[in-house]
Amino acid sequence: MPLIKIRDLHFYRGDRAIFDGVNIDIQRGKVTAIMGPSGTGKTTLLRLIGGQLHPDKGTIEVDGKNVHKMSHRELYELRKRMGMLFQSGALLTDLTVFENVAFPLREHTELPETMIRDLVLMKLQAVGLRCARDLMPSELSGGMARRVALARAVTLDPMMIMYDEPFTGQDPISMGTLVNLIHRMNEAMGLTSIVVSHDVAEATEIADYVYLLSAGKVIDKGSPVELKRSSSQWVQQFMQGLPDGPVPFHFPGVDFKEDLLTPEVQA
Amino acid sequence: MIGIIRSLGRWGLGVFERLGRGHLFLVQMLAGIPGLFLRFSLVIQQLFSVGVLSVLIIAVSGLFVGMVLSLQGYYVLVDFGAEESLGVMVSLSLVRELGPVVSALLFAGRAGSALTAEIGLMKSTEQLSGMEMMAVDPMRRIIAPRFLAGLISMPLLAAMFSAVGIIGAFLVGHGLLGVDDGAFWSQMQVKTDWYDDILNGVIKSIVFGFVVTWIALYEGYDSVPTSEGVGRATTRTVVHSAFAILGLDFVLTALMFGEN
Amino acid sequence: MLQKKSTEITVGMFVAAGIAALFMLAMKVSNLSDFNNDPGYKVIAEFENIGGLKVRSPVTMAGVRIGRVADISLDPESYNARVTLDLYASFDTIPTDSSASIYTAGLLGEQYIGMEAGAEEEFLQEGDVVELTQPALVLEQVIGQFLFSKAEGDE
Ligand SMILES: Nc1ncnc2c1ncn2[C@@H]1O[C@H](COP(=O)(O)OP(=O)(O)OP(=O)(O)O)[C@@H](O)[C@H]1O
Ligand SMILES: [Mg+2]
Repeated sequence: MPLIKIRDLHFYRGDRAIFDGVNIDIQRGKVTAIMGPSGTGKTTLLRLIGGQLHPDKGTIEVDGKNVHKMSHRELYELRKRMGMLFQSGALLTDLTVFENVAFPLREHTELPETMIRDLVLMKLQAVGLRCARDLMPSELSGGMARRVALARAVTLDPMMIMYDEPFTGQDPISMGTLVNLIHRMNEAMGLTSIVVSHDVAEATEIADYVYLLSAGKVIDKGSPVELKRSSSQWVQQFMQGLPDGPVPFHFPGVDFKEDLLTPEVQA
Repeated sequence: MIGIIRSLGRWGLGVFERLGRGHLFLVQMLAGIPGLFLRFSLVIQQLFSVGVLSVLIIAVSGLFVGMVLSLQGYYVLVDFGAEESLGVMVSLSLVRELGPVVSALLFAGRAGSALTAEIGLMKSTEQLSGMEMMAVDPMRRIIAPRFLAGLISMPLLAAMFSAVGIIGAFLVGHGLLGVDDGAFWSQMQVKTDWYDDILNGVIKSIVFGFVVTWIALYEGYDSVPTSEGVGRATTRTVVHSAFAILGLDFVLTALMFGEN
Repeated sequence: MLQKKSTEITVGMFVAAGIAALFMLAMKVSNLSDFNNDPGYKVIAEFENIGGLKVRSPVTMAGVRIGRVADISLDPESYNARVTLDLYASFDTIPTDSSASIYTAGLLGEQYIGMEAGAEEEFLQEGDVVELTQPALVLEQVIGQFLFSKAEGDE
């Protein structure tokens, strides 16, 4: 049985459908990559799974339970077992790096200070920022902030982690380390991971399974190998990053030529 | 014409929607308060940034308001040969009105705007969202302690304002204008009632503290998560707080001091 | 840790200062000190007219404050004003035949009750009635009487 089961998901922002009947299964203990052009709603999907947004139609089940039918308490219990790495990092700006990583422990456990220190230093060591522990978030670079956020997302040893673009803003070396880290955590702790990414190379390297989203639908799914061999023009264009093809680069709307020819009516 | 009516209607609906959400917010916020007694350190931290950091402006303003009140009051009273009543005049105006109202206005400007900006910025940088995903309810962890701190700070600050103001009035009245100090204090004591004047003033300041902190936190929480949105929310906090304080002051005064 | 401690200390000082301010308002500014540490005893006086007397107006004897007005009501039979005086417990040797009058402090000032000691050996106690009273002077009445007698005298 999959850990996360998404059925017939519909979600609207105003009149625009972000999701229009999406079915996704996330298998336990596997790394699933969600890919798609910018603005298709990958972040939105993670927020729906985390119960921060509500679908207009359809269900999302995590571990056999509908996320959006839970009580407040149940939802918070579930979230303790879910880690999420925000695209922006979302570090608490008035706490140091150390305190940021220690935050979930302090909130949810009664561990003694020495144990908290050990755990936090361990996590920071894993992302290579142990010696940056006294810095404030404003003193970090974007890539460093994201690594701190990653350390924080795993402090409670959750059963699953959602990574929103973990590789953006990382140099090749830390990128490699991160890929390794995600991979290792998956193997060693049996973690289920969802990786949202644009980096086709890295994502396909660690993913066991890939979903391609566009325009509110699942365009294709399968193992990285299957997708690379796909005959669909769309998939080929996306996987190889070609500028021309059927993948929409533009935000949906009227045709460019038409837009230029229609004089803007002043309200 | 239709357009005007329609936009009026839309505006009205918007106001009601915001009011509704504001009250929902209040209920959630109040629900977070009982849990705080187990973690009072959160409230203490906020008492520092909401209360302690407001002391200076409150004390300085209180001192000057009291001194000016004394000076102006003296020139009016001396014409009636009633300069002994200076103490009464100053204490009643400070304790009943100026203390709670002016300190609440200052509080809205000093602490309220800071709260709105802080919460708004936390929202726009996804810190609140991030906390939710870490299974930490921002209502309990962030909002409720600030609310309680505001509620506790306001009456204390208002009392400081009045007390410092009366001292300022005494310094000017006795030291500069030569009003007899015995008359100043004794007349004041005779005419100022603990229950009717001072306690009612304290109740006023508690109400103002409640409303100002509520507005400030809600504006931050509900702000559009952009720099402009947070800026607007901060302005709204100060403006709405001022209206709420003045309006409520009128209502409360009518209720409390209406009979005599 | 150190920072946390200093935060706690300043917050403690803040709260203490706030409470001290409230305490000052209570003790120095208001009359709270009057009735808390002094339970006092109550006596009743009936007046024909109390003028502008109010609850909490002072009660004095020879200019010394000995109590305050606790309650004012209208006697349904005599149509006189029934004034309850709250006298401080320390002034417990006021003769039963003392009299109470209503005076005005200053020209436009507030009204207060002035008591004059009698000669009786017994002292007023809780619930006693002050028999000898003199009503407040109402300016209109005084002027009216003056004009009236003047007119009569002319005739
Ligand atoms: N608060 C919001 N209000 C209205 N529309 C929104 C809001 N947040 C996101 N959207 C819209 O929803 C769509 C999906 O946004 P989302 O952030 O999920 O995209 P994404 O796939 O994560 O993109 P990226 O890869 O650039 O991060 C976007 O087109 C955006 O315009
Ligand atoms: Mg995104």
